[in-house]
Amino acid sequence: MDEPTILDAQELEINMGPQHPATHGVLRVKLKLDGERVLDADCVIGYLHRGVEKISENRTYTKCLPYYDRTDYIAAVSNALGYVLGVEKLMEIEVPERAVTVRIMMTEFNRIASHLLWLATHALDIGALTVFLYCFREREEILKLFENLFGARLTTHAFRIGGLWMDLPPGFEEAARKFIDEFPARVDEYEQLLTNNRIWIDRTKGIGVISGEEAIDYGLSGPPLRGSGVPYDLRRSRPYGGYDQYEFDVPVGLNGDTYDRYLIRMEEMRQSRRIIQQTLDRLPGGPIRGKVPRIIKPPVGEYYSGIEGPRGELGYYIVSDGSAFPFRVRIRPPTFINLQALKRLVKGHLVADVIAIIGTLDVVLGEIDR
Amino acid sequence: MIGFLRRILLIDIFKGLALTLRYTYSKVYTEQYPREKVKLAERYRGAPRLNNDPETGETLCISCDLCAEACPEDLIVVSSVRDPESRKKVLTEYTFDTSRCLFCGLCQEVCPTNAIELTQDFELATYDRKSMLWNRARLEKGWDRIEGHKVYHK
Repeated sequence: MDEPTILDAQELEINMGPQHPATHGVLRVKLKLDGERVLDADCVIGYLHRGVEKISENRTYTKCLPYYDRTDYIAAVSNALGYVLGVEKLMEIEVPERAVTVRIMMTEFNRIASHLLWLATHALDIGALTVFLYCFREREEILKLFENLFGARLTTHAFRIGGLWMDLPPGFEEAARKFIDEFPARVDEYEQLLTNNRIWIDRTKGIGVISGEEAIDYGLSGPPLRGSGVPYDLRRSRPYGGYDQYEFDVPVGLNGDTYDRYLIRMEEMRQSRRIIQQTLDRLPGGPIRGKVPRIIKPPVGEYYSGIEGPRGELGYYIVSDGSAFPFRVRIRPPTFINLQALKRLVKGHLVADVIAIIGTLDVVLGEIDR
Repeated sequence: MIGFLRRILLIDIFKGLALTLRYTYSKVYTEQYPREKVKLAERYRGAPRLNNDPETGETLCISCDLCAEACPEDLIVVSSVRDPESRKKVLTEYTFDTSRCLFCGLCQEVCPTNAIELTQDFELATYDRKSMLWNRARLEKGWDRIEGHKVYHK
């Protein structure tokens, strides 16, 4: 590639996106090409910017919550958890055991739903249409659970400061149990379609390789980091919200390529199912909301609440000036930081692999642009 | 050797094909939405409704303004006058801008009398922006009972 030959064409610069369906939203990637090979890539973001952080400065702590559902709209429950935990820590609110357990259960359901959507679209980008339909069937079951409990499918407005909005509806536990009983067989089905599939392996193995040290340098988190062999999962390394009482494994990859990240997310779905099983077994009774003052006014101070979202470390840095409005809420979106590695990952690959790499980073543009 | 044979004979691809073949003859999962009515959860947060007392037919709203306070988008406007005799607030007008609604449910959460409620109706599309601003009459009637509103499911 380095030696100029007679067949060398001029460098070509093309835009991928913002309307390209494989960029998962409105991501624009400026690709510099030498034939089919990518020399350089630049991400242009901001097409979905709504100023959520600025909006929250003009809303009370309670009113902020629905907006965070709309940052990472695929993992709205995780988003709510991160913020709610932060405010509770600032105000030192005790959350009842039942609410804590339900929160963990629903966050793990959300992780499964998010990974299913990721698998569906990732496989679709690479060319496996079948998986898409199967994944959406299971995701639909989870969304029905969300609808029954939270009252909405996507923008769930899941948790409230101090606990939950309402208790579990009748029949919820049976439905949840039915889902987790059936789910392992479904994951096996996806694996039957993909894991040993020659085309899938050829398209993903050795694509977008990043080493562990480099992944840490880029600040990656979540499956892209664990795919490179770094066992960093906030649920394990800095437990929050009661996760220290649950048993689960943190899957870690070896090669740091797209295929490993795929395997990790598949295993994470199984581990999430394991956590849900434990929450259902221990689900305690009692109240669902702790003692919360009518007007939420945290004392002056600041707190960083980081949780392990489905895409990586999701953080809320909340600064309180003692009033009913947050002085500043800075969101640390996992994919915004994971996306920085795209430039490095795509270098030297083919254009078709760029799509696989965007897919493996699991970007959600609502979160990146906020 | 086994790996080589697997590769040559496309065993894994045929395994995947067998799975899809099995699904060809299984039950269809898709909901036929416009033709079939969607079954929504009881808690579903859709079109707003201002409830009346089922016995007297009078509004349940006591014009306390809590919903307007709780709304993150400030889209609820409650107008009331004070009755000189009973010293109570009487609701005169109640507007709800559905074009800006987040459907977060904070208004129904704070309502002390369950007057404002988000119902299971979700087909809110209209032809112009003006009709997205709902007044009291429309809110009390409920979205699915408005004349001229075509309900797509039968």
